[in-house]
Amino acid sequence: MSAPAKQEFKGSNEYVASQELLSAVNIAMTLEKPLLLKGEPGTGKTMLAQSVANSLGAKLYIWNIKSTTKAQDGLYVYDVVQRLYDSQFGGEGVDNIEKYVHLGQVGEAFESEDRCILLIDEIDKADLEFPNDLLWELDQMEFTIPQTGRTVKAKQRPVIIITSNAEKELPDAFLRRCIFHYIDFPEEDLMRRIIAVHYPKLEQRLLDQAIAAFYWVRSLPSIQKKPSTSELIDWIRALTYSGIPYDEIQRQIPFAGVLLKKNEDLDALEKAKERRARKF
Amino acid sequence: MFTGFFYYLRSCGLKVSLQEWLMLCEALDKGLAGASFLRFYQLCRAVLVKSEADYDKFDTAFVQYFQEIAKGSDEMPADLLKWLDSPGQTPNNYDEEIAQLNSLLTPEEIEQMLRERMQEQDSEHNGGSYWIGTGGMSTFGNAGNSPTGIRVGGKSMHHRALRVAGERKYRDFTKDRALDIRQFQLALRHLRQYSNRTDEEKTELNAEKTADATADNAGTLDLVYERPRRNTVKVVMMMDSGGSMEYYSKLCSTLFQAVSKSNRFKDLKIYYFHNCIYTHLYTTPSCSYAHSVPVDTVLRTLNRDYKLILVGDAEMAPYELLSDRYPSAGGVRGLDHLLHVRDHFSHCVWLNPSKGDDYWYIPESYTAIQKEFDMYYLTVENLTKAMKKLIAAR
Repeated sequence: MSAPAKQEFKGSNEYVASQELLSAVNIAMTLEKPLLLKGEPGTGKTMLAQSVANSLGAKLYIWNIKSTTKAQDGLYVYDVVQRLYDSQFGGEGVDNIEKYVHLGQVGEAFESEDRCILLIDEIDKADLEFPNDLLWELDQMEFTIPQTGRTVKAKQRPVIIITSNAEKELPDAFLRRCIFHYIDFPEEDLMRRIIAVHYPKLEQRLLDQAIAAFYWVRSLPSIQKKPSTSELIDWIRALTYSGIPYDEIQRQIPFAGVLLKKNEDLDALEKAKERRARKF
Repeated sequence: MFTGFFYYLRSCGLKVSLQEWLMLCEALDKGLAGASFLRFYQLCRAVLVKSEADYDKFDTAFVQYFQEIAKGSDEMPADLLKWLDSPGQTPNNYDEEIAQLNSLLTPEEIEQMLRERMQEQDSEHNGGSYWIGTGGMSTFGNAGNSPTGIRVGGKSMHHRALRVAGERKYRDFTKDRALDIRQFQLALRHLRQYSNRTDEEKTELNAEKTADATADNAGTLDLVYERPRRNTVKVVMMMDSGGSMEYYSKLCSTLFQAVSKSNRFKDLKIYYFHNCIYTHLYTTPSCSYAHSVPVDTVLRTLNRDYKLILVGDAEMAPYELLSDRYPSAGGVRGLDHLLHVRDHFSHCVWLNPSKGDDYWYIPESYTAIQKEFDMYYLTVENLTKAMKKLIAAR
């Protein structure tokens, strides 16, 4: 087997990844296995696929999973109703079943001439058995359409990235075939690098205050839904537009509604602020 | 290959399969670990571990396994490196005499001494002049004051992997995996009754009826759609909370999550009670008065066709169940309250996380309740049985 030109993912200008995540991506790419990503919401699981696609110059296919999604939907859809209508009104090519078979995202990714990226987003949203129904297809990278007898086989094995929010446990047989990585919540220095990508010209004092306040809010045990990176980024935008004196940020935590989305959490934050004020 | 590691991981309770092990071998073959121990650690974890809940177990096992190897080959054990990385103190202990003595030693002698010391030392020592430690006068360790010596730890890069693994940052995720949510969910699947008498839109094409309708229509296409079949089972779950149930909180929360996340039921209502149901139920597990609802209100809003699942250990003082003068009982025996709720619904099971024999004797309340309810000791297998019972025609 001739070794393919080695492509390595090293992160990109718009996406800052930890070294561990980078090595997980490269392991998955070299072994040609799906990469399963888990992590708190807002740690950039979906963004990663976009960034891998950009840096490899490959096309990205996104299959968003919903609670009603079936495994077959991603492979192909046979539009029988359209065919019936066409046969009624004498449309052309009714005999050609191929015309009524539309490939799904997985099918498209297999058919692609160049190596592409396939993102199966939020796989845990689907039914309990969903991942099991895809085992063969993801292993062998091929499937057959019974209506036409055609076998769709991957021309270039796509890089498959699967994300999960851990709403459901995934079956063992499925897990065994994946490379797994849990995205940690970024620590402070990684967070600074991520913010620098989004706001290259941010003032240092604003950043210091915002980050300190943000990690303090996250550390509160009474908060149910902890704010994530994407919320911090929105919050910093709000802070820069508001012109609030920097020293006040950590004390007041203005626009807390951007960080916290639940009423209970906002109340908990108010209480925590009172307690903190009394301490000093 | 180092097959021993594979068996060691399995003996530590990690569910590593042969398939994954072969995958790791292939990865090593392709040079994915490079020459770096840290990358080797990351590779092993990515390929062999499939849940953040197992990260901690893996880290511990990795450190233990490779620490043994490190000892055998004169390398630095991970714990040692950790003490050195976080000096507890920086003493002012320069000693001219020891400095002179140390400067006379040859590198070979120092190495020999280090080897001996590593075998003797079993705890952290900083600021001394004999043991390996930080800020000391001995010839080993870092940030020390001895003119010659071996740097142990600090900025040196080798065995960083052991240090990373030794941090055990995933300790919080560890959970007892004895009972899987997934297993519970699969058991709960038995609780289903499909019907197309729902209020959804008609979206499924019925080929047979379409053919008939088209024929009736003299060949002009007439598509017939039907409502998709859905589970119509409605469930009401009432859980005992607090008190003696604390022992089973993990098991009950697994069950709770399996039930609440399965979203396969047409409707799911969850209420809580403390020990026994009296006149009120609660909407939060804390069973506070602010979140209470009268039992009769609950029963009025729920039809007879809801399936009732009671979860509780059925352990309480006899008078709580059998006396009508118990303050919260409202003049009626607790058991009669329970029967009142039971008889409102057509199907009912009682899931019990306790076998009833955890104490020296079987509590009276347990026997009394068991007599009146279909009680199942909560295991995956029994859950399946209970669900079948709930669905069976009476």
